[in-house]
Amino acid sequence: MAMTIVWVLMTGISILWGTATGRAAAVSASAMEGAQAAFSLVLAIGGPLCLWSGVMEVMRRSGLAGLLADRLRPLLGKLFPSARRDSALMEALSCNLSANLLGLGNAATPAGIRAAERLHTHNGNAPAENELCRLVVMNTASVQLLPTTVAAVRAANGAVNSFDILPAVWLSSLFSVAVGLCCAAVIGRSRP
Amino acid sequence: MNTWLGSLAALCPCLLLAGVGLHAVFRDVDVFSALTDGAADGLRTVLRILPALVCLLPPLYMLRASGALDALTVFLTPMLSAIGIPSDLAPLMLLRPFSGSGALAVGSELIAAAGADSIVGRTAAVMLGSTETTFYVIAVYFGAVGIKKTRHAIPAALCADLAGFLAAAWSVRLLWG
Repeated sequence: MAMTIVWVLMTGISILWGTATGRAAAVSASAMEGAQAAFSLVLAIGGPLCLWSGVMEVMRRSGLAGLLADRLRPLLGKLFPSARRDSALMEALSCNLSANLLGLGNAATPAGIRAAERLHTHNGNAPAENELCRLVVMNTASVQLLPTTVAAVRAANGAVNSFDILPAVWLSSLFSVAVGLCCAAVIGRSRP
Repeated sequence: MNTWLGSLAALCPCLLLAGVGLHAVFRDVDVFSALTDGAADGLRTVLRILPALVCLLPPLYMLRASGALDALTVFLTPMLSAIGIPSDLAPLMLLRPFSGSGALAVGSELIAAAGADSIVGRTAAVMLGSTETTFYVIAVYFGAVGIKKTRHAIPAALCADLAGFLAAAWSVRLLWG
């Protein structure tokens, strides 16, 4: 629904603004240009995207993803105290975070929802628990180690080395997650 | 740059490919079928984002052709430059929490227009790579558990997004400015 509003606003504003400023012809020509650009973009990034998905699948089958999940357990125990008593919750949390780190979105979401179900101990109309909010905030902030889609876009546009943005991506991801978790802790404490 | 380090950085994707493959071979994984299965998954992702891109790029192009996007950028420039963010990135930041494919569309347009190795192009890439589609994730998680009172999840998640945008602009300027 949100995207419907965005779409209608974008279309309406461009027609009104374009007509008012005498650019109506350019506006109507650009619509088809945009549709064509969408296909070119997908063709340009499709190859690298598929290749990296393949590499991530190899990591999952060879146990590299599981190894990463094991390493994350101590950290997750600190962030989610209830996972120290609940091994199924710990399993789901570590699977969620390791899949997010590797960019395996298809594996991260089911594991994250499993963890959310175990964290939401109340039923009915109860508000979200602090730890559940923490899990959701962690998932809304990207922590992907290899941003493969963006790298594919950069490669398609002639980047000398499409992965040289990695240090900046890691810094920004880390900062964003840290700020999100701190905000959740502060607001969560002051507003029960 | 040091040529040895430079060629190592250039080889990074290939080394990762080879390293992951070798490790998997030693673990008795059928590497090629894992690769192709994963690639098929990637193809499904591409097919999933294509319809949204085809529907979102036309209004975006129209907005740009009408001059409204330039007007918005000019309007937001004083505020954004005060916090160190190039004003071309305003549309990307506005769309990012709502639509993953929309942000990808706006971001790739910025990268294509400004150049992949320019400051604006790099900042767009880092912003895309270090943030998520916040409202989509919130809807999926709270929807799955059946929660209506999301308490502080949305404000905290939006603070995280803003922090990611700021850090993207600052780190790109620090590293390549």
